[in-house]
Amino acid sequence: MSTPLATAPSPAARPWRQLLIIWALLLTVPLWLPLLGGYTAMAGRVLVFALAAMSFNMLLGFTGVMSFGHAAYFGLGAYGAGLCLKFVAASTPLAMLAGTLLGGIAGTLFGLLLVRRRGVYFAMVTIAFGQVCFYIAYKWDDLTGGYDGLRGFARAPIDLGFATLDIANNGTLFYFFILLVFGLAVGLQALVLGSPFGRTLLAIRENERRARFLGLPVERHIWLSFSISCFFTALAGSLYALLNNFADPLGLNYIMSGNIVMITVMGGMRTFWGPLVGAVLFVMLQDYVSSMTTNWMFFVGMTFVLVVLFFPRGLMGMLKRKAEA
Amino acid sequence: MSTTAPKLEVHNASKNFGNLRAVSDVSMRVESGELRAIIGPNGAGKTTFFNLITGFFPPSSGDILLDGRNINGVPAAGRVKMGMGRTFQITEIFPELTVRENTRIAVETGLGFSLRAWLTGADKQRVAAASDEVMGLANLTSKADRLVGELSHGDQRATEIAMALALKPSLLLLDEPTAGMGDEETYQITGLIRRLHRDSKYTIVLIEHDMRVVFHLADHISVLAEGRLLAEGTPEEIGANEHVQNAYLGKAE
Repeated sequence: MSTPLATAPSPAARPWRQLLIIWALLLTVPLWLPLLGGYTAMAGRVLVFALAAMSFNMLLGFTGVMSFGHAAYFGLGAYGAGLCLKFVAASTPLAMLAGTLLGGIAGTLFGLLLVRRRGVYFAMVTIAFGQVCFYIAYKWDDLTGGYDGLRGFARAPIDLGFATLDIANNGTLFYFFILLVFGLAVGLQALVLGSPFGRTLLAIRENERRARFLGLPVERHIWLSFSISCFFTALAGSLYALLNNFADPLGLNYIMSGNIVMITVMGGMRTFWGPLVGAVLFVMLQDYVSSMTTNWMFFVGMTFVLVVLFFPRGLMGMLKRKAEA
Repeated sequence: MSTTAPKLEVHNASKNFGNLRAVSDVSMRVESGELRAIIGPNGAGKTTFFNLITGFFPPSSGDILLDGRNINGVPAAGRVKMGMGRTFQITEIFPELTVRENTRIAVETGLGFSLRAWLTGADKQRVAAASDEVMGLANLTSKADRLVGELSHGDQRATEIAMALALKPSLLLLDEPTAGMGDEETYQITGLIRRLHRDSKYTIVLIEHDMRVVFHLADHISVLAEGRLLAEGTPEEIGANEHVQNAYLGKAE
């Protein structure tokens, strides 16, 4: 064919080279990050935020639906994991399962009320639900620790039968544990997005009316997308609780929802890996700038504005454009 | 084909928007294999009539039958599954996806794969073959991997028709397929519609303003004016009809 090939924004079309670079960098973090003055827990935070934002991006970037309340599911994941560790059993996998189920099921049920709303109304209702969760965690002192957050739990070593992974004390091992969970989760996401079901989400994003007149039950697909996105976001939240041995009511707050949106948009919402790049930028700003000034959010905000003004498709989107040009 | 009932029947359909009677007591009967054109001045209720047939909104009164079966209670998506394919007056496509992806999504939806998380090799081949087939029909094979948003208006229109075809409709409804096209593009789309009708035996109902296209393609023509059915007949009959000439043909275009 003589026509130039244009790469479509589907995850299946992503080049192998890019995948190789990303995973080579992620797998060697403990080797090079300290040389740059970073520490491994910081990389863990990048992965957790990246997973939350990539999960959110299934909705924003790949279904075309804007949720401003994803902190709710992130926070529920964290509280679910924390409460399970504190009151049920000192088991890390069980805690992750509990957190993921709590946030995911809450999102699935709430999604039923959401799917007929569109645009700004959808966003408003999602904020409202996020704030409801925030105030419950904030006020229910006895269970959640209220404003101080949930303390008094710690991630437990994982017993594999033949060996024990001491993720409680070995930071590098814990990083690789997070990386494993992250890899499995985003691998699953890529599979979903590259499937016939995933393509129907693109169709809804591109043109809802056309999708409907192909015979697609649009509401049901948006609901499924929302539900899947919430399960993955809650998984990220449960990892966050393990990372900090702490669950924070502010993790449920709309400010956190805003952070997830910023990470995604800065990184590039039409690209699969964009939110990972956004998370790197966000955590770097959070870490380096907050050590210099308490007004670090100002710099995050300025960076966000600059990125949106000059790279409206985000950093990854810009790289992709360049590669295609 | 298998049934003796006409492909599409409309009995006394009306649609009111508040005080406006957009479609008033229109009846129509389209046989299998027929190509029916609906013409009429702007505001005659043609697109509203299409929206009633496709279930975009329900009629205020009247009945719509597909293959002899009353479909008044069937929502738009259900009518698509029953064999209605539709294109819109303003092109409705997936602009940031390629032609191939546009048709592939339509094929997969038509085959009932839209909730699948994966496809077997055989299913993948089936999807690819069906997608290639409709792209071939619409003369889009050479542009398969281009983003649809970057194509010419005529090719975007052809993509939309290809997507409708991907659903293997037994009834194809085209709302002004040549709207906004130059002569060359009009000629291409007209050729495509004629091939679909003559060679592939599709039953087609189209709304069209371009009288050359209408008289060239249609077996029968229905004329709407002010929401009512003014006349119906072969192109020769309509061309000779005085009412139609007064109401429409004489004045417009």
